[in-house]
Amino acid sequence: MGAAVDIPVRRIAIIGNPNAGKTSVFNALTGLHQKVANYPGVTVEKKEGKITFDDGTSATLLDLPGTYSLNANSPDERVATEVLLGRREDTPPPDLVICVVDASNIERNLYFVTQIIDCHLPILVALNMMDIAERDKITIDTKRLSELLGVRVVPMIASRGIGVSELRAAAAMKNAVSARSRQWTLPAPVQAEYDELREILQRDGRLSEPLAFHEAAMLLTSPGALHDHEDRFSPEVIAHVKKDHQKLDFLGYDCQSLFVESRYDWINRICSEAVTKKSLVGLSFTDKLDRILTHPVWGLLVFLAVMSLIFHTIFSWANIPMQLIGGFFNWVGTKVVSVTPPGDVQNLIVQGALAGVGAVVTFLPQIMFLFLFLGLLEDTGYMARAAFLMDNIMRKVGLHGRSFIPLLSSFACAIPGIMSTRTIESRKDRIVTMLVVPLIGCSARLPVYTLLIAAFIPTKKLFGIFSLPGLTLVSMYLLGLVMALGMAWLFKKTLLRGEVPVFIMELPPYKRPSLRSVLIQMWERSLQFLKSAGTFILGVSIVLWFLASYPKIEHGTSAEQLERSFAGQAGHLIEPLIKPLGFDWKIGIGLIGSVLQREVFVSTMGTIYNIQDADKGQGNVSLLDRLHSDTDPATGLPTFNILTAICLMVYYVLAMQCMSTVAVVRRETNGWKWPIFQIVYMTALAYGVTFLVYRVGLFFMKG
Amino acid sequence: MHLTVHHPDAVTTRQNSQPTSLNHLTPGERGTVETIAASSPSLRRRLLEMGLTRGTTIELIRVAPMGDPIEIAVRGYRLSLRREEASSIFVKKSK
Repeated sequence: MGAAVDIPVRRIAIIGNPNAGKTSVFNALTGLHQKVANYPGVTVEKKEGKITFDDGTSATLLDLPGTYSLNANSPDERVATEVLLGRREDTPPPDLVICVVDASNIERNLYFVTQIIDCHLPILVALNMMDIAERDKITIDTKRLSELLGVRVVPMIASRGIGVSELRAAAAMKNAVSARSRQWTLPAPVQAEYDELREILQRDGRLSEPLAFHEAAMLLTSPGALHDHEDRFSPEVIAHVKKDHQKLDFLGYDCQSLFVESRYDWINRICSEAVTKKSLVGLSFTDKLDRILTHPVWGLLVFLAVMSLIFHTIFSWANIPMQLIGGFFNWVGTKVVSVTPPGDVQNLIVQGALAGVGAVVTFLPQIMFLFLFLGLLEDTGYMARAAFLMDNIMRKVGLHGRSFIPLLSSFACAIPGIMSTRTIESRKDRIVTMLVVPLIGCSARLPVYTLLIAAFIPTKKLFGIFSLPGLTLVSMYLLGLVMALGMAWLFKKTLLRGEVPVFIMELPPYKRPSLRSVLIQMWERSLQFLKSAGTFILGVSIVLWFLASYPKIEHGTSAEQLERSFAGQAGHLIEPLIKPLGFDWKIGIGLIGSVLQREVFVSTMGTIYNIQDADKGQGNVSLLDRLHSDTDPATGLPTFNILTAICLMVYYVLAMQCMSTVAVVRRETNGWKWPIFQIVYMTALAYGVTFLVYRVGLFFMKG
Repeated sequence: MHLTVHHPDAVTTRQNSQPTSLNHLTPGERGTVETIAASSPSLRRRLLEMGLTRGTTIELIRVAPMGDPIEIAVRGYRLSLRREEASSIFVKKSK
């Protein structure tokens, strides 16, 4: 290749408060040239893109997690701070920082800008959401603002593409942004100590200027910092800081407040010159909406209506592409059968690989729809209101209001639920939510419930109104929900205790969603799901196929083949283990097959009972008959009765039988620890509760 | 038409000069921040950084349907907090 000179690529970081429209700006600048990875060692998403300037040159654009301050509270915020200060080895510090500022909420957004200015980083302010500011009668003199701040300010409406080319042009200008020094001031005694400490850190601690600036402020303002970072500083520095604390406390200075207040004082002075707010006549748009949407009666009704609409849409619309995809994989299967010679290779392709990939891809439409709706809820600002409405319930089990929507969306599928826990700030709350989300009854369980209910629950009516089959189904969903909340409470009390639950959540103004941003995010998340689940499922599916097909027997039906196979032997092997739950070896095989995905149970049962195409409608009718008439050869009693069916359903409510979920939890928690714990606790829970139900049931049936 | 659930603490003596917890405000009432007495330094810092510095005007906008959390207006934006966090924020009620 020769002498390609390594020209350093410019690195631009986008940063800003949550809800400032950072993602819209990022998407507008990069289009679809994005790649998403994780920061090594943490579960924080690293999003990079490429920005191309008018002169043909380009730069790497890094989308840093939204954060309110450089004093990190959550893992996301910590990563943002570390990158900006050049503390992460995997990510070099940026050459330019684009700070996205919400024009309709300028004071608090500027607070963060002052922190970045203090780090001496070249900064460019993208004054976003000018339309919302205008709607709220806020006028900003951007030229004056720019003069007062000492940095360039580009007004824009990123969601509509307005101001994007201006921002790109401003970012292209190299060295045009001079780092400005701090302009806010502290009371003299505090300032003196601060300057002294900064110099010590720069001289003895060999810290760069911005880093010394940040560290000195941190040491002076947070009493806990000394303990947390004792190894980072020399004993002399520690002693000096302790003396400073004593002295300033004695003088009556509250450093923590002073550093924040002084910044806000400066911001107030700037805003009094550059920002004019006309007082609104009547209520603002957001207030008018909130009077309905957070109303004790109407608010909850609207919430129910929105959720029902989403579920209805998912189940009715997603069904069409799901059937098409299912049909497509069947078609490919038959094509493969017609062009390849029958035998092991053909079986491997059709029953192993295609079945596995099909299992993942078939659920993709549902998952994409969920991502679409979750994205819309987030982008319009409604998600925060949902959390506001539901927080009191979630608080009782020790969780954050933000955990409610992930739980709820898991009634369709746990995967988007787990991936949407990213909006939960506290790491422990997030893990607890991920742990309990798969207990909620997802749509893959429905075929199992439907089969068993149709076969064994009499179609009677209770009190003349409630049909028994319907009631059973509702009970199963309720059991999942109650267990999820109960386990969340338990985990917060025991395993993941300690963190003070804090609920400080911004309620952003309502706005028209940016469909582009929502669609890009939906696409990204769906790809992530395919990547993390795809290969994994393919492997598991092939292993399961092998277990169900070998060793080969010479003659016999497919049922006999399955019974003699490794899977069949395993079914027999685990029979003593599942006997206490009222399950026989046939159900055992079904459970083994369900390791991949719950609904596989139906087709496995079909094979065992020698019914072709059990997934098809007419096949089910004969499968129902077979399940009914099957008897235990030893006792002559039916294998299946209403109690077995209920026990089996309870087991399916509580057990972890979805490899896609395992793969996604592994990805989101960055390791095997939590998914393995999840499998263990859910299996134990399923076993325990099913055992209990079976014993109690037996008692009543005998009695 | 607006149904509000009052926190038990809300019924107290109304002395305008004494700082009182944010929980003692009723929807529509305003006050200026006096001090934040949060037990955890990181929570205190977070509240300060969200703009709740001394002298800042805040207004209690509404209370969630189940009595908790609450919504306040501060520095031109809306923030929701739980009663627990709000109890550490002391304000001087405006007349």
